[in-house]
Amino acid sequence: MSSMKTNVYRDPVLGKELIQAIKKQAKIFQEKNGRKVNLMEVCGTHTVSVSKAGLRDVFRDDIELISGPGCPVCVTSHEDIDYMIELAKQPEVIICTFGDMMRVPGSHSSLAEEKANGHDIRVLYSPLEALDIAEEQPDKKVIFLAVGFETTTPAIAATIDMAEKREIDNYYVFTVHKICPPVVELLFNDPKLKIDGLLLPGHVSAIVGRKALDFIATEFKVPSSIAGFEPLDVLAGMYDIIRMLNQGEAKVTNQYLRVVTEEGNKAALDMIAKYFEAASSNWRGIGSIEGSGLVLKPEYQKYDARNLYDITIPESSNTRGCRCGEVLSGHIKPTDCGHFGRSCTPVSPVGPCMVSYEGTCATYFKYERKV
Amino acid sequence: MCLAIPAKVIAIDGYLAEVECFGNTRKVGLTLKPETKIGDYVMVHAGFVIEIVDEKYAMESQELWKEMIKHEQHED
Ligand code: SF4
Ligand code: SF4
Repeated sequence: MSSMKTNVYRDPVLGKELIQAIKKQAKIFQEKNGRKVNLMEVCGTHTVSVSKAGLRDVFRDDIELISGPGCPVCVTSHEDIDYMIELAKQPEVIICTFGDMMRVPGSHSSLAEEKANGHDIRVLYSPLEALDIAEEQPDKKVIFLAVGFETTTPAIAATIDMAEKREIDNYYVFTVHKICPPVVELLFNDPKLKIDGLLLPGHVSAIVGRKALDFIATEFKVPSSIAGFEPLDVLAGMYDIIRMLNQGEAKVTNQYLRVVTEEGNKAALDMIAKYFEAASSNWRGIGSIEGSGLVLKPEYQKYDARNLYDITIPESSNTRGCRCGEVLSGHIKPTDCGHFGRSCTPVSPVGPCMVSYEGTCATYFKYERKV
Repeated sequence: MCLAIPAKVIAIDGYLAEVECFGNTRKVGLTLKPETKIGDYVMVHAGFVIEIVDEKYAMESQELWKEMIKHEQHED
């Protein structure tokens, strides 16, 4: 067996003790403030970990665990999906994408439907494979659908870097990259949410570094913790946050020391800085947020799939009344949506939150349904 | 989209590495973590190594959590 022992992070005894410690702190909070503590998990993978380990249920009486906008597939806007679909219809194009994107509904169709219609759309594990396809088929335009947060952006930048080195000139990216801080700020400023603490995404933090997240504590006075994805990681992060709250402290702690450093991944940050710059970006159900996206810099526009065709997308709309926007911003729980579990299931999803593996609705459907 | 489990590096060829996780092997890019060595445990995201998992720190956080609990129990 060469896989590292991850099960030490699932130690049931330590887990139970941590749960007791958290409950104790949560009670103190409740007594002081007359309400449950509101914690938001920003990252979709945390949403999955929390639900899978049954933590929402364990802390039912103590903590309100709110799921945030942490799945890149879910936050991609209708307009952007519609654009991808139009791109896929162009004659000499090969669209390459991560699997999750295939079934995300646009206004009128999905990539999966377009593939069934005969368009060349391929699901890849890595954008590296798209480079190989481009090299093998120089007569085609190979477009990678670049979706994701600070974790994915450097990987996409690295493929452009490689395309340059390997002199591949038929590789393009369609970027809908997003960055976390602006949306976090938006949520804090929402008087309806009252977020007391944030569980911060482990892998975004691995790239940007712990220090870069200090603004959450200094500017917003909200205690937060960077956590990994095993049950003990998540519990340790929760404990940190509630304890800080009770002591009137606000810091950004790091409970994912084995992966996250103070300064982050310099090579990755350099890659982002070389190829990308900030721009406003459109979030599904939330709308456009200034400075919340990353687009290719002017000098690398030749890699931008947006420049290839003069595409006008048909009027975009959320015709089926999916409430993903409210789910993503923590205003409602999936179960508050009328479609949930009835007209919307993972097999026939109405909105992206039911499609993506890390989607909040899919997670609740899998793990939180009482049967 | 994300694989949160560390994979082990079993071979390196320039800017590409072969990693193994639960018996599956995959080709991943090293551009974002060029100092990666054979035998390292790494976090992979979108086909690229983004960080090397530090086993020393892995043990430290275990100790830290045990401390936390002890501390909490003492306050009773
Ligand atoms: S991309 Fe990484 S940080 Fe973002 S939701 Fe997925 S696991 Fe979490
Ligand atoms: S249950 Fe379905 S329709 Fe409702 S918010 Fe979730 S994904 Fe959208």
